[in-house]
Amino acid sequence: MRHDFLDRYSRLKSPVHRLHTAVKLATAICVIVAMVAVPFSSAWFFVVAAGLLLIVSALSAIPWSFIFKRLLLLEPLALGIAVMALFQPNGTMIFLSIVTKSTLCLFTVILLSNTTPFGELLGVLSRIGVPRILITILALMYRYLFVLIDEGERLARARMSRTFSANRVRRWQALASLIGQLFVRSTERAERIYAAMTARGWK
Amino acid sequence: MHIPDGFLDAKTAGATAAFSLVGLGLSLRHASRYLPARKIPLIGLAAAFVFVAQMLNFPVASGTSGHLLGATLAAVMLGPSAAIIVMSTVLIVQALLFADGGILSLGANVFNMAIVGPMAGYGSYRLMRVVFRGEYGRLVAVGVASWFSTVVAAIFCAGELAWSGTVPWNSAFPAMAGVHMATGLGEATITMLVIASIARARPELLNDSNPAASLRERSTGFVLVALLVIGLLLLVAPHASNLPDGLEKVASSLGFEHRALTNPNVSAPLEAYKLPGTASTSAATIVAGLIGAIAVLALSMVLARVLVPRNRAVPPQQREGTV
Repeated sequence: MRHDFLDRYSRLKSPVHRLHTAVKLATAICVIVAMVAVPFSSAWFFVVAAGLLLIVSALSAIPWSFIFKRLLLLEPLALGIAVMALFQPNGTMIFLSIVTKSTLCLFTVILLSNTTPFGELLGVLSRIGVPRILITILALMYRYLFVLIDEGERLARARMSRTFSANRVRRWQALASLIGQLFVRSTERAERIYAAMTARGWK
Repeated sequence: MHIPDGFLDAKTAGATAAFSLVGLGLSLRHASRYLPARKIPLIGLAAAFVFVAQMLNFPVASGTSGHLLGATLAAVMLGPSAAIIVMSTVLIVQALLFADGGILSLGANVFNMAIVGPMAGYGSYRLMRVVFRGEYGRLVAVGVASWFSTVVAAIFCAGELAWSGTVPWNSAFPAMAGVHMATGLGEATITMLVIASIARARPELLNDSNPAASLRERSTGFVLVALLVIGLLLLVAPHASNLPDGLEKVASSLGFEHRALTNPNVSAPLEAYKLPGTASTSAATIVAGLIGAIAVLALSMVLARVLVPRNRAVPPQQREGTV
């Protein structure tokens, strides 16, 4: 189990981590709404927001390199869509505006998800009236995500140790049967989980 | 196709969030009424499965790679309402945990990839199954449906970007539709191979008469289709109003001799193809889409024939008796 890359720093101890989850979630949503709603012409707002986000991330004790890498990883996806905005009159301004806004929003969500354990986020969501069945499914998914990543890696390792050279067709076939096998194992695991859940008095 | 925050304006984000709430809410109600309790863990596990499957990269030409989206796979394996829940769960976790796709644009992303995608995939799969039967037919239908659902979801995405005013329709539509017509080929191939491998390992999981795999409450299916149509009218139709004109333009630019006579500005035949103008790119994209759909059908039929040789292409009902 070394798949904590998803929310590795969400269980640190820092002033930001100690804040109540509901406060953090509400603040993040407010920041994102403001970011989207404020026109790009009032540049001071974005400078101030970026400054505040930097202060929060300094307080949160999350390594800068991690935040930077995560931003670099996600930025191409935003840029890919933003590039299409260039092909119109005044396109450069719109391009700059959406790139700035989306980067700051990304920064906000990265801070939120890495200062808040996902389980606590689900707790807040269920208190504000998200249906119980959806919370159960989200919790199950989060719990078994890491197990399935492990299982997928085991399957991939087994394949690699048995395949010495392969052309593209073979690799596609091998990967596809790996995914198929992962699906079969997921359904089998789901049956075992259901048995375990009912044995413990679920529903 | 994940739209980040900052790309959609308030009306688009609000409208798509409302659509998604209705669609997801109905699917959840449908699931809690008709899905047996033992299927609830399966939906959670299927969501984790789709998340992991999206992380596995397939090598594509020249060092690039693609990955499975899984909307059609989930819809075919679990049924439309379960697929809507599975894909929504994946998108919610991606947005909250991984910052992949925005928080305010979550409504739009859920609508495109978790409602439009599975519905388009499942609908076209069912339609194709009327014509193509048996194990071979299932693979052909799966291939065409995965391609179709990818392209349709991308067109909705383009419509949302255009409605927000961030990206003009005449660059968003050809770019999004074009790119996803190409990536849809990969999606179709992977989904077909995955379904074929599941059919080899556990054929009983693919039973079409699986009660969980049908929309048992007609009103739920009706509202979901209505959502799709409203979305189409709101997001795509306004831009399509200049299409007949565009089709005429392409037709006349294909018959370029006639064109050259009527339009003295166009001197060389080849230049007629490069006619600038918004409508002609959209129309060309639609023509490319029709050609693409036929090509995908042909490719799916070939691949399905490779995966299911003629002597094995017995309908599953007949096979079950002998196993």
